[in-house]
Formats: sequence, C-alpha cells, structure tokens
Amino acid sequence: MTTAPAAPATAAPAAPVALRGVGRAFTAPDGGTRDVLRGVDLDVEAGEIVAILGPSGCGKSTLLRIVAGLDHPTSGGVAIDEAPVRPYDVRCAVGFQEPRLLPWRSIEKNVALGLPRGTARRDGRAQVARLLELVGLAEFAGHRPHEVSGGMAQRASLARALARNPEVLLLDEPFGALDALTRLKMQDLLLDVHAAEPTTVLLVTHDVDEALQLADRIVLLGSDGDAPGAGIRQTVVVPGHRPRDRGSAELAELRGRLLDGLGIDRHGAARGIQATTTIPHYPY
Amino acid sequence: MTTDAASRTIARRERASAAASVADRGPARERPRFTSRRWFRIVGGALIPLALLAAWQVVSTSGAVPVSQLPSPEMVWLAAVDLAERGLLGLYVAISTQRVFIGFAFGALFGLLAGAVVGLSRLGDVLLSPTLGAVRAVPSLAWVPLLILWFGIGEDSKVILISIGAFFPVYTIVASSLRHVDTRLLEAGRAFGLRGATLFATVQLPAVVPSVIAALRLALAQAWLFLVAAELIASSMGLGFLLSDSGNSGRIDRIFLAIILLAVLGKLSDALVGLLERWAVRRSA
Repeated sequence: MTTAPAAPATAAPAAPVALRGVGRAFTAPDGGTRDVLRGVDLDVEAGEIVAILGPSGCGKSTLLRIVAGLDHPTSGGVAIDEAPVRPYDVRCAVGFQEPRLLPWRSIEKNVALGLPRGTARRDGRAQVARLLELVGLAEFAGHRPHEVSGGMAQRASLARALARNPEVLLLDEPFGALDALTRLKMQDLLLDVHAAEPTTVLLVTHDVDEALQLADRIVLLGSDGDAPGAGIRQTVVVPGHRPRDRGSAELAELRGRLLDGLGIDRHGAARGIQATTTIPHYPY
Repeated sequence: MTTDAASRTIARRERASAAASVADRGPARERPRFTSRRWFRIVGGALIPLALLAAWQVVSTSGAVPVSQLPSPEMVWLAAVDLAERGLLGLYVAISTQRVFIGFAFGALFGLLAGAVVGLSRLGDVLLSPTLGAVRAVPSLAWVPLLILWFGIGEDSKVILISIGAFFPVYTIVASSLRHVDTRLLEAGRAFGLRGATLFATVQLPAVVPSVIAALRLALAQAWLFLVAAELIASSMGLGFLLSDSGNSGRIDRIFLAIILLAVLGKLSDALVGLLERWAVRRSA
C-alpha cells in the first residue's frame, strides 16, 4: 500500500461526554406522564467507544437522541466537553437506524450534506471523495440511494455522519437492519474508521456480540423491577484490545452474563445443564 | 489491516456484486421494449382518435343520424375554414388561450404560496386553512355574478374566475404534501445543520416536486373548465362564446368545432406541463 493513509483533512478533537441525572418523561395519551429514562449518569471519555445495550423499548434511542440534541431531557443535562448540548448540536453527528438518505440525491451529494456549513467547495469535494473511499463506495458516488444495496446505503449514511467531522459520533442501531454477514463487515469497517479518526462513539445496540466486538465499555440500560423508567443497571469494561477474537472464551462468558442482565436465559450451568463439549476436533 | 486496505477490499467486493446485479438485469444496452418505442407510442395514441373519426364519418354519411344532430367531419372542417377566413378562429383560440394562461399563472402562483405557508407553518395552518377551506367549498359558478358586478364583463372578471379555479388544486395538494414530507428525512436534515430556507430547498421542496407537478396539471384542467364557464356566461369572443353563440343559432358544426378545439388545446397545454415535469424530474430525481 503506497497511498497515504486516510487521514482527516481537519480533525476535530474527540470530546468527552458527560450525562448527569438525565431523565425523560413523555406525555401519555391520557394526559399523564410516562417515565422512560430516570437518573442516567454516564461519563464517556474522549475517543472512547461506549455501547448502550438494553431490551427493545427501554429508552436507548431516546438517550442517544438527547445526547445529539434531537430531544431534550426533562431532568438533568448533557454536556460535551463541559459545554451543554444545544438543539441539533453541531459537535455531534448521528447515524440513524435507517440510512435516511435523500432519495433524489446521489450518494456523493448525500454524503456532502454532512459537511459542516461553510466548508469550501474544493475541500468539501475532496473530503467526500476520501470518505467514500474509506467506506468503499467510491465507485458508487453517482448512484442514487435506491440503486445500491441496504448495506451500501447504511455505509453512505455512516460516511455522511463522518463528513460532519464530529467530536461525538452517535450511532443508533446503525447495523440493526442489515443481514448478519453484512453486519459483521460493517462492524469491522467502523473499527477501521475509528482507528483512522478516533472520535468519541456512543453506539446503541441490542446485539450483545456487536457491543462486545466494538466497545471499550458496555452500559446495560434497563428498569430495576417496579420503578418506572430505565437507568444504568450495569457497566462492563470489555477486556482486551480491538479487533477482538469473535470466538474468544472470555467474551463468550461475558456474553452470557450480559444476556443474563437482559433477562435472557442462557440455558447453561446455572440451570444444571452440562457444558457441552461434544463438537469433535478436526479431523473428525 | 490498514484502513485503506480494508476499504479497498470492500470496494472490490462491492464491484463484483454490482456487476452481478447488472447482469441480472440483462445486457446494459438492451433495446427499448416494443411498447416504449417512440413511433409505437405515437401510432398507438392516434389509433383511437382515428377510429372515432372513421366511425363518425361512416355514421354521419350513412344517413342514420340527421346532420342537424351529427354533422359530418367535412362540415366541421368547412366551419373551421369559414371562421378562419373571417379571422375569427385564430382570434377565439388566441383569446381563450391567453385567458387560461394568465388565470392559471396567477392561480398557480398564489396556490403555491398559500400551500407553502399552510403546509410549512403551524400558525399559517391555524390561521388560513379554515377560511380557505370554506372558500373552496363555494361552487365556482357562484362567484360569477359577484365578479361581474365588481369587475364588469371584461377580461378581469374572467381571468379572476380562472385563477380561482387554478388556485385550489395547487393550494390543497401543495399544503398536504408539504405537511406529509417524511419526518425522518426532515429530522436527518436538521441533525445535519439544515434549517429554514436551506431545509426547505434541500429536503421539503425536492420531496414535493412530483406532487406540485401533478397539482399544476390538475390546475390547468380546472383553468380550461373555468374558462368555458366564464365565456359561456358573459363574453363576446373565445371558444366558450363560440359554443353558446352556436348553440343559440343552431350551428352544430361549430359546436363540434369548439369542443374539438378545446380537447386539442387542453391536451397541448397539458403536454407543456409534461415537459416541465420531465425537466424537474431530471433536475431533482
């Protein structure tokens, strides 16, 4: 490889994120209020990847939207680099669950949408070309979103978020709608991107393996018993350095514990089921 | 593996899969389908009018229907030549077309503005939509006496009536399609720093272009409808006048002529909007 490494043209420093007592209550149709989040305290270091894991409907996405300034907390507050988050904060970039590309624009122009306002045209074009190369879409710059596959559209969406040169990258189940193999490839891509541009990443997911593969720390979100509203149930520091062995026994054990925390029966020794070692070694 | 190498590997894989999907769709330079070839579309579109013309000729010359009920195509043609020689045909067509286009232009312009205000701003919706809804509910012909009293039997009253006809389809469709722009795209636009005029130009406007074109087509059809209404009631020239005048004097050949002219002019003006549509789709799609 003789080409220059994919270094950002103007690297924004990664910023730490601090959540203090974040709560969010929605108004129910009957006029009452329904607590979704309650007293969430979390410190994310600059350049760290934190995965937010939780069962469906527990307020993971709401938490992420609050950090992005797409939603506002009803109590507490969020600060990026010690300055409070404003609505549609410019320091954040969001990768949504769906690609949310403008269907009438080419992939290239969709990615350019993420560029910060006031980027010079030449710099912008170079930045977009670089990002398309990074996510492997250089060949498809002129295609429209409906002309590429779902995984490619999701990659374009990631490139658009990166074009913003964010201090904090917020990803809301970005690979959730992709097939299993594409998802694994996208996870590797995200790790490559993070290695090239070490921004702070908050990743919402319901996939335990994805969290184990990508994150420095995993935050388990959920409600404790009868009190309404979800809070942080457990924080797990993932051992080892990325990229991690997908088959490691240590991660398998951690997966079991996290699934347990999510209320999933692991069908293992805890229920008196013998650990199975019936898979013969090759050659059979 | 370095980032660069990774992205290249992915690019290579994508290229392979894209090539496969192109192959699925058949060869790239495929001949256009038989039914979408240009000559076929022209001939196919002309078949039914020509068949109707032939049937008309046969029925009217066979004597089955008296010519006072159904003039022959030749009689209609002679009526057209007669009017043209007196300089009236061109005048009538020109004045009617002018009325339609001026009325349509004003109606569509105000319809776009009102639709944008109501569709984009909640305050505009609250303030304007009940009133405009009530005005829309007034049957068009109910305006005629009022317009004649206010503006006299001149061009103004006719053009205003046609504007009213063109206004409402545009207003209604534009307002509702702006209100129904995908909120997820809007949120994405806002999350990437778009707001106000740039958000409108980047997300909302391109999203509603197809509906705006459909609205303009509908408005143009309405404009021709209202033209005839205006000219039937009070005018001294134009195709609507030709209709009412011929009706009073029993010139059925001229009635046929006026109806055929309205059909042809309406189709031609619709084709103009079609050109605009193709241009807009190329620009934005």
